[in-house]
Amino acid sequence: MQKTVSLTVNGKPASATVEGRTLLVQLLRETLGLTGTHVGCDTSQCGACVVHVDGEAVKSCTLLAVQADGRDIRTIEGVADGDELHPMQEAFRDNHALQCGFCTPGMIMSALDLVKNNSDPSDHEIREYLEGNFCRCTGYHNIVLAIKAGAAAMRGAPAPGGHD
Amino acid sequence: MAAIGTPVRRREDYRFLTGQGTYTDDINRPGQLYAYILRSPHAHARINGIETKAAAGAPGVVAIFTGAEMAAEGIGGLPCGWLINSKDGSPMKEPPHPVLADGRVRHVGDPVAVIIADTLANARDAAEKIAVDYAIEPAVVDPAAAAKPGAPQVWPAEAPGNVCYDWSLGDLAATDAAIAKAARIVKLDLVNNRLIPNAMEPRAAIGEFDRATGEHTLFTTSQNPHVIRLLMGAFVLHIPESKLRVVAPDVGGGFGSKIYHYAEEAIVTWAAGKVRKPVKWTAERSESFMSDAHGRDHVTHVELALDADNKFTGLKVSTVANMGAYLSTFATCIPTYLYGTLLAGTYTTPAIYVETKAVFTHTVPVDAYRGAGRPEATFLLERIVDLAADELGMDPAELRRKNFIPQNGFPYQTPVALQYDSGDYQTTLATAMEAADYAGFETRRSEAAARGKLRGIGIATYIEACGIAPSAVVGSLGARAGLFESAEVRVHPTGSITVLTGSHSHGQGHETTFSQLVADGLGVPIESIEIVHGDTNKIPYGMGTYGSRSLAVGGSAIVKAMDKVVAKGRKIAAHLLEAAEADIEFKDGAFTVAGTDRSKSLAEVALTAYVPHNFPHDELEPGLDETAFYDPKNFTYPSGAHIAEIEIDPDTGHLIVCSFTASDDFGRIINPMIVAGQVHGGLAQGIGQALLEGCVYDKSTGQLLTGSYNDYAMPRADDLPSFALSTNVTLCTHNPLGVKGCGEAGAIGAPAALTNAIVDALKAYGVRHVEMPATPERLWRVIHQHRPAQAAE
Repeated sequence: MQKTVSLTVNGKPASATVEGRTLLVQLLRETLGLTGTHVGCDTSQCGACVVHVDGEAVKSCTLLAVQADGRDIRTIEGVADGDELHPMQEAFRDNHALQCGFCTPGMIMSALDLVKNNSDPSDHEIREYLEGNFCRCTGYHNIVLAIKAGAAAMRGAPAPGGHD
Repeated sequence: MAAIGTPVRRREDYRFLTGQGTYTDDINRPGQLYAYILRSPHAHARINGIETKAAAGAPGVVAIFTGAEMAAEGIGGLPCGWLINSKDGSPMKEPPHPVLADGRVRHVGDPVAVIIADTLANARDAAEKIAVDYAIEPAVVDPAAAAKPGAPQVWPAEAPGNVCYDWSLGDLAATDAAIAKAARIVKLDLVNNRLIPNAMEPRAAIGEFDRATGEHTLFTTSQNPHVIRLLMGAFVLHIPESKLRVVAPDVGGGFGSKIYHYAEEAIVTWAAGKVRKPVKWTAERSESFMSDAHGRDHVTHVELALDADNKFTGLKVSTVANMGAYLSTFATCIPTYLYGTLLAGTYTTPAIYVETKAVFTHTVPVDAYRGAGRPEATFLLERIVDLAADELGMDPAELRRKNFIPQNGFPYQTPVALQYDSGDYQTTLATAMEAADYAGFETRRSEAAARGKLRGIGIATYIEACGIAPSAVVGSLGARAGLFESAEVRVHPTGSITVLTGSHSHGQGHETTFSQLVADGLGVPIESIEIVHGDTNKIPYGMGTYGSRSLAVGGSAIVKAMDKVVAKGRKIAAHLLEAAEADIEFKDGAFTVAGTDRSKSLAEVALTAYVPHNFPHDELEPGLDETAFYDPKNFTYPSGAHIAEIEIDPDTGHLIVCSFTASDDFGRIINPMIVAGQVHGGLAQGIGQALLEGCVYDKSTGQLLTGSYNDYAMPRADDLPSFALSTNVTLCTHNPLGVKGCGEAGAIGAPAALTNAIVDALKAYGVRHVEMPATPERLWRVIHQHRPAQAAE
């Protein structure tokens, strides 16, 4: 069964005809060509596909494309301001919080969701929040530092010195 | 220049941070079709027939292929890259490794048929209409069980008794003599648990065929595109190199699992030629679990002999190693030359003997996974040393110090073939002990005990052989390839530089580290340098990235190519400046007549090389573009000391890692930020092995029980501590950079450090050893099994 969905993606209207079984992540990657959102598993655990749906972090492999009809989607491609990196992206680069880069889009989308609700998270809060995002390269050490630094930059505070 | 040794921010990050990386699955080719691979649900079965008629008529299906079609076209099997000879001199048993099943399946996930359709969904739907008539046969999954008489046979004709080889290294008589006159013999049986690599990017491959040129292209998630081109072209599909292009674009982690030539690469390349359209395959994670080569899986008995002065006098090791159902590309060298050769560790043990029996089982092939042989060697050695210290009532640090190869003992020839060039194990250990406040541990243990917690501390020292490898040496040991690396340094007419490297980056940051090397070597800004890798149509023939070799071997090739550029540039500059070549100095990007201010920049020299109006044509060819191949003289020998401190709740078995301290010697460090990142990642995987990860097959059915992230415990952010790192530098003496390699260290040292800490925490219970992964359930059982003994005391 085919259905047409209309949604907003990174501030722009988009529409596509999809099958009932098409996942949001497939719509983003295959139909809209937004390949920054990655698929790392088939059990909704790895978090490589996290996007924002109406401002909330969602694993885009858990949502059918038809469920995204009329919703406002933000992907990693919509985070930077033109060529200017978002402070959270900058913090990831500054703290070497990415290696192969595959988990990174999902990590950043999750980090932004965390900071939206907790502008000054502790190491412990960050580690607990990241339960749903796997990284196989960094051991999370630098991701924790980056999220603290990104959160500080976003609230206009001086850069933190390191781990708690 | 300041470029070397500074934490330059990574040049590759911008594209990854903005979602603009190009991983294989991000690539879509015009007219592309999709492949779905039907895999065996059984560990061992005879295939009586495959009925594809209904599937062939399903919507969108373009073609269905089975092993029969491939065999009919003379498609070869996947080759193994390393020949091991048994103790008796006979070559290893090397059964076929068909791309698609040849009438029998030998592990869950063995590929049986490929369905090619216009969409992935249609291909997957059609696969459900294929009826395979399986006659299920008994399976064996455990290596020790496979080695026993009466075990189900994986290759009854080709490898009777499931034995691939029975190999040994070292002096048996000398080792037995050392054991016979030992003041103390310490013995231990242990298992090195089977792991599943789990790079976050699942494997993917796109095959493409150009009818006009006859060229095949394969986009693949590989750590070494030229190796894939050679193996697939020469042995499987019989395509000459000139008609086969292999591209490994951005690759989302490898850890060894993307070294090997996999069936799916051959399937999509061959099928694209058959259907004359691009064919794409991307693994689902569940396919990754049952088709990516696994790691480790050893069962070992070890004996350490000590004299009355507590010096190690002999080490005897006997291991059964699991190969899986087929031989993966480098499977055979892992439990032999990357394992047995490391058993001297950091110690002066004069007599060592190791034997490894490699066996086939009905499981996914096992091959190199981060560390590859060296974690297994380190684990048994550092466990037996700790056990010896415990039996002697000695501080484990003191026993290690007593037996370390002294700093003035280099070069050090081990009894197991390797010659270490440099190291300083005493300082490295002392640095780690100070950083971990080893001296203050008993206070912390008492404090934890007052809270009802069992606190333990564990040390592991390690040595690894990296910078793989001197071609002549590995050739004499059975390698079927050379292990040099290539580089081309292309100085463009106006002075910008492209470096083409045979190394491959799948997270290691080569675009940054290699740029730092070139900025330093040629005195140019980093921004003027581009690093190119991963495309056999662009780069010189190269061997790729594994075994912590990229900087030591690939970086040395870049240095060698730069030396050629400078040598030629010096001649051109001498001509332009009308000076003797011997008087020309090259410094900070300029050729200068010594003692004068007469100078030509590298860019001016390059322009002259490409616009050779005023040029020494009699002596030189135009152009400033040099290629070098670097074949290392020896392995490099990174070493280190890792200290773990943990706390266990005896009521629940729950464990927390309180701290993890690593002091490592990687030789010269080019980018300390990237090096630290490599250590962090290795430690996470090592801690994962020690505490969380374990591949489990059902022993009776051969089913993979840990086939998803629901069942296989990946380390998550809240499982891990922050790490305390330091480095202690001794330079590698035989490569031009003095570098040793850092990619695998964490995975090598951490499992032993953690397990030693756990056994230390449980020593009041009389526990001698705890197998990995030390999950809360396992710890709880160990504690409860030993409680009665304690109560009786």
